[in-house]
Amino acid sequence: MIRQLLVKKVTHLASIVLSISVISFMLVSVSPIDPVRAYIGADMLAISRAQKEKIEERWGINEPMHVRYVKWFTELLHGNLGHSFIFNQKVTKVISTRFATSLWLMAAAWVISGMLGFVMGIVSGVMHGTFVDKLIRFYAYMLASTPTFWMGMLLLICFSMWLGWTPICCATPPGILLENVTFGQRIYHLILPAATLSIIGIANITLHTRQKLIDVLQSDFILFAISQGETIWGATRHHGIRNIILPAITIQFASFSELFGGSLLAETVFAYPGLGQATVLAGLKSDVPLLLGIVLFSVFFVFTGNTIADLIYTLVDPRIKAGAPK
Amino acid sequence: MKTVIVTYKTILRNKRLTTILSIILCILVFAGLSIAGFTISEKGLRTDLEERNLSPDACHIFGTDWLGRDMLTRIVKGLNLSLKIGLIAAGISTMIAVMLGLCSALFGGMVDFVIIWMIDLFMSLPHLVFLVLISFAAGGGAKGVVIGVAVTHWPALARVIRAEVLQLMNTEYIQIASKLGQSNTGIMTHHLLPHIVPQFLVGMILLFPHAILHEAGLSFIGMGLSPHTPAIGIILSESMRHLSTGYWWLAVIPGACLLFMVKLFDILGENIRDWVNPKILRG
Repeated sequence: MIRQLLVKKVTHLASIVLSISVISFMLVSVSPIDPVRAYIGADMLAISRAQKEKIEERWGINEPMHVRYVKWFTELLHGNLGHSFIFNQKVTKVISTRFATSLWLMAAAWVISGMLGFVMGIVSGVMHGTFVDKLIRFYAYMLASTPTFWMGMLLLICFSMWLGWTPICCATPPGILLENVTFGQRIYHLILPAATLSIIGIANITLHTRQKLIDVLQSDFILFAISQGETIWGATRHHGIRNIILPAITIQFASFSELFGGSLLAETVFAYPGLGQATVLAGLKSDVPLLLGIVLFSVFFVFTGNTIADLIYTLVDPRIKAGAPK
Repeated sequence: MKTVIVTYKTILRNKRLTTILSIILCILVFAGLSIAGFTISEKGLRTDLEERNLSPDACHIFGTDWLGRDMLTRIVKGLNLSLKIGLIAAGISTMIAVMLGLCSALFGGMVDFVIIWMIDLFMSLPHLVFLVLISFAAGGGAKGVVIGVAVTHWPALARVIRAEVLQLMNTEYIQIASKLGQSNTGIMTHHLLPHIVPQFLVGMILLFPHAILHEAGLSFIGMGLSPHTPAIGIILSESMRHLSTGYWWLAVIPGACLLFMVKLFDILGENIRDWVNPKILRG
């Protein structure tokens, strides 16, 4: 059954990647931005028309779109995403190094927001209707409307400017080779961006957990447990949590899309050299191969999160396994 | 004095009344904001180097920036721009959502399959990455932002409407109407639309916050509106350069105003939902 599910997932992924690759290729092709001009930049005046035509011919810009697409996609199947001119590296190399940097940030934010959000959701759910619940709900609803980048700026003003506790930018101290950066320095530079993404990410999981817990606490088995002398906290600990942890984990895995989007904003605010910043640079400086590469990578990233969420459900929850068609 | 307190309490106890009052209040604030946007003089947008970097005081209640522009004027203009872009985006996205949601539920089969596949596709890419891509395709600028936020916010609502219509189609009274010989268009106008219109209205208003935040985010990273436009995203991205100088009001106030407006749309949407569907209130 697991194999069937995997086959289905892989087919689904293939169809999505194929469609997204076609759509994004069409989108970058209709762009009025001249790729040669974007590549050469200010020196555009210095090159002659003949030189420009030569570059265009070499890049195959004047060929019809489908011919270019087929060429690009064939290379893609061979694992070659082209060359990024803003980093002067292979796109695959840029994505892998940048993602490694972003992974620290996203993982930290993901874990912190998941755990804090879950705990806050439980507290809010158990105490629902009380002042604490209202406070937590107010916090969550407020945060759900807060622009991520503004939250980052507020933290920056507060902790880096006024208090001077945290660094102003980047993922590593300036002037130190990447090999010599210590683990502590990495964490030190990670605190604010990760806090930004966590603070925003908490809202969703808190509200979701709260609602689920309230539903569970209203069921008969909880009423039975309480009538036997169990306290509400005890009932939550022994019966509530095991009923809500699975949906919470699923929600958290399904939030990869927001996490990636949030990293674009947080990394811009903190000048954190990760994949989000690379996405912004690729868009701003018209680095088409890099932009396309990142689009496909982000599809893969979101898909991974959703698939893990589905798999956990199937593997862990025996009810779904039993109910699934053989 | 006593009677005043009693009426005040009665109003608070009557949820229906508070709902309607909140709706009116929200609409009044938005109306005020639009009027302010039209009437506020352009003078505040002019550079005035003698009045640079003033912290908030009586004359410039939100302070001035490093070019001596009045922050209140810029923020009011910026919020109005967000309002406009939000309106276009919410209008178009809701239209797409209703059309696709209805088609998906009514025709079923292949049409349904294709529309669900499209929804899947839109949700498989991080929203902001999609916006960057569309903005790039449009060559950047205001056009890119408007197209981007307008065509990417429909999938969630389309799903809701599809589910709603599917559920309605299975209810007995619609099946009876159909068996009694009422035509499809008759069922649609008499039975389906009255249910869909509230969904449409609420869905549209709850789209505003997303659209506005995405517009601000896109402008902030530099893919959106041109640097001369007084937009909140632009103002905040400019203030990034002045964070270290201690001009906190350049960053704190515009963001707080944006948050306020987004929150107001949330409140408006939720209250309208309660208003058109009072059953929820009892729960």
